[in-house]
Amino acid sequence: MGVVLTVSNLTFAYDGVNPVWSDITLEVHAGEVLSVLGPNGTGKSTLLRCMAGLHVPSNGQVTIEGNKIEKMSRKEIAQAIAFVPQMHTPVFSFTAIEVVVMGRTAHIGMFASPSTSDYSIAEQAMETLGILDLAKKSYNETSGGERQLILFARALAQESRILLLDEPTSHLDFGNQARTLVLVRKLADQGLAVVMTTHFPDHALGFSERTALIADGTLQGYGITDEKLNPKILSRLYGLPIEVCTLEAGDKVCIARA
Amino acid sequence: MASHTNKSAINGGRNNRSKWSILLWVAPVAALCLGLVWGRYPVKLTEVLLVLAKYVGLPVTGEWSSVVETVVLHVRLPRVLAAMLIGGGLSISGAAFQGLFRNPLVSPYVLGVASGAGFGAALGIIIWNQPVMIQGCAFLFGMVAVGSAWLMSKFYRASGSMIIVLAGVIVGAFFQSLLSLVKYLADPDDKLPMIVYWLMGSLSSIAMKDLYTVLLPMGLCMVGLLMVRWRLNVISFGDEEARTLGVEAGKLRFGVVIAVTIITASAVSVSGIVGWVGLVVPHLARMLVGPDYRRLMPASLALGACYLVVIDGIARNISAAEIPLGILTATVGAPFFAWLLGKGRTGWA
Repeated sequence: MGVVLTVSNLTFAYDGVNPVWSDITLEVHAGEVLSVLGPNGTGKSTLLRCMAGLHVPSNGQVTIEGNKIEKMSRKEIAQAIAFVPQMHTPVFSFTAIEVVVMGRTAHIGMFASPSTSDYSIAEQAMETLGILDLAKKSYNETSGGERQLILFARALAQESRILLLDEPTSHLDFGNQARTLVLVRKLADQGLAVVMTTHFPDHALGFSERTALIADGTLQGYGITDEKLNPKILSRLYGLPIEVCTLEAGDKVCIARA
Repeated sequence: MASHTNKSAINGGRNNRSKWSILLWVAPVAALCLGLVWGRYPVKLTEVLLVLAKYVGLPVTGEWSSVVETVVLHVRLPRVLAAMLIGGGLSISGAAFQGLFRNPLVSPYVLGVASGAGFGAALGIIIWNQPVMIQGCAFLFGMVAVGSAWLMSKFYRASGSMIIVLAGVIVGAFFQSLLSLVKYLADPDDKLPMIVYWLMGSLSSIAMKDLYTVLLPMGLCMVGLLMVRWRLNVISFGDEEARTLGVEAGKLRFGVVIAVTIITASAVSVSGIVGWVGLVVPHLARMLVGPDYRRLMPASLALGACYLVVIDGIARNISAAEIPLGILTATVGAPFFAWLLGKGRTGWA
């Protein structure tokens, strides 16, 4: 399917002098999952933030469906891109439905509040994820897994074409990690373009068409997951011997031999 | 599936909401009547209603003495209306700032507006000693203080809302020290007591014309804050998340700070420094209607208006000599806030 987001020759530095990484070029396709892998502190989340227009790059360009991101308003960006942040704790305890309906903000006027139809869309999003029974629950009192699903529901209610997930499986138990990844896969199969950062090569191998590898301030590789995630590249990326094994069912898993 | 019952639960929440919204219209009207009846000179509620009806141009017949009319319309009405305007204004400002700075412990004075206004008023007292100049200086320096805090926070280039709160603390401390200097230089027999009384806050000298001066800017800014109340929900999740949801966080932040500063600087310029209202009332409102800004903002406005009418009523009636308002709002507000924290249902714990 088509390219919906492009990153070309992107360089970013928080202080304007020392780049976190430089010269990154990649494409995000509709209906596909792109995994961003890399050791701690290599700027995976920073790349995701640049894609969402939250950081202004020192050099290079992000375009969404052909439009330069810096020329777009927040509203236009939010209509195209939904961003699921890592775990956060809001100061005030809103109910889950109130959090989900915040996804409608990009579709309503500056001085408007969500309408009944916005609530229907929010409830629909929660029903799709099977969490409508959480609607009246206080968001701050939900578990990590529930909270992740509520944030996914908010992203669905946003009705955007691109989904950026910042380590969607962190803070989740093993079962909820798998459930989240299956959900991500399903959303991509329905036509969404998904980009997720992750610390687990297995998650990239099992659920994403393409993978980008970042280390030492540059893109170490970008392309079809199965081609890019070989033992040699992974070992170099994480700095220790890594084997990639193929299970009987054809799935691939990584094992570190430290 | 269980979805049917859930949907009715969501609707049930909306019905509950409308019950509150009726109370929020009724309570300020009741507070207004209470404020007009309550005082040293006995006035009956029926007399108050008749005088008010005539005042707004309704064709009513009835008998009351001219003293009653004077007391209600010229002594108590300006004062009660001022209490409502200032109480509502400070409370809605406090609620807005608590969301904007993601901190339930900030008051609308956090960016230094009260310190700036205090210095301005003191300067006005020692140089001109005219009400217009005192009010003007208080307003001006209130704005200058917040403006400096804002510019300072931009200078540091650091992100996050903490930096502007810290800048506000710095600017506040600076103007406090300037205020001390002015107090030190002021004539201790005459000007110094005026400065001290001004800082304690009072509505005793308020007149209708003072109200007319501040009504328009305060009213417009309060309407502005009410209009963006949905966006305050979103920005309470932090600037970055609000941006990803389609909110121009920087512009919203700037607009809210301007509106709150105009409201608080106007309020302080006519009443002196009335503390605690803008901190306590939003919490009380949050306990009643929850953290959703769509309900919290009107609730803070209504409750703040009622709260200050009651406190001001106590201030002018508890003893023969009037107690400065700022003293009472603190002595009532501080224990009340302690009790609120103990309740644990403040919606942000």
